Amino acid sequence: MNSILQYIPLNYYVALAAILFAIGVMGVLFRRNAIIIFMCIELMLNAVNMLLTAFSTFHGDESGQVMVFFIMAVAAAEVAVGLAILVMIYNNIRTVDIDELNKLKG
Amino acid sequence: MVVLSRKPVHSVLYLIFCFFTIGGHYLLLNAQFLFAVHIIVYAGAIMVLFLFTLMFINMNKELEPHKTNLLKGAATVAAGCLLLVMVGVTKGAETLAANSTRTDVGTVANLGKALYGQYLLPFELISILLLAAMVGAVLLGKKSVE
Repeated sequence: MNSILQYIPLNYYVALAAILFAIGVMGVLFRRNAIIIFMCIELMLNAVNMLLTAFSTFHGDESGQVMVFFIMAVAAAEVAVGLAILVMIYNNIRTVDIDELNKLKG
Repeated sequence: MVVLSRKPVHSVLYLIFCFFTIGGHYLLLNAQFLFAVHIIVYAGAIMVLFLFTLMFINMNKELEPHKTNLLKGAATVAAGCLLLVMVGVTKGAETLAANSTRTDVGTVANLGKALYGQYLLPFELISILLLAAMVGAVLLGKKSVE
């Protein structure tokens, strides 16, 4: 089985990851719903994961894919804790609009 | 689509679609193990968590008020500038030919050897981190007793 990188240049994967990452950044800046901001963070993590996998396959080195595995584990932990915090915030102030979360403002 | 759809549930469904396409890219890159882990963790666990939270706080009714047009434009311009910078940086890089003929990097056997040999300590630390996150999530999700 041949590697796909013989047919698709690595630059295309870099560009695709950059586009995905930019979409994630735009979502974080664009929306006010905290859950959707979390989903956009997931999108950015996935862009980085895909880039790491592409480089790992490109160099024939499995370290990159091990790192992707670790990133996935950290992302799962982050989402679990973050969503628990969000549910708690919703229980307390009945909204997840980040513009309302300004209690710390001086 | 994840960003633009108004209802959060639609966003989640588009995100699942996006995750499956990324999983397809993993398969194309000969990373079978990562494909399996990606589908299980993202499409299985994380998306269920998102959907559960959305159902739990029942947000589908209230359409969130969007930001003002100025902020939207600023966000789009900022993200576009970031994209331009990233593409511009990587454009100058010369194209290397694929310098590896190994195609078995992503198989379960090879990754398992790397994971339990060279990366044993980070693997164990990740497991402790996951345990701590689980305990923290349970503690946060529990109703406070007092």
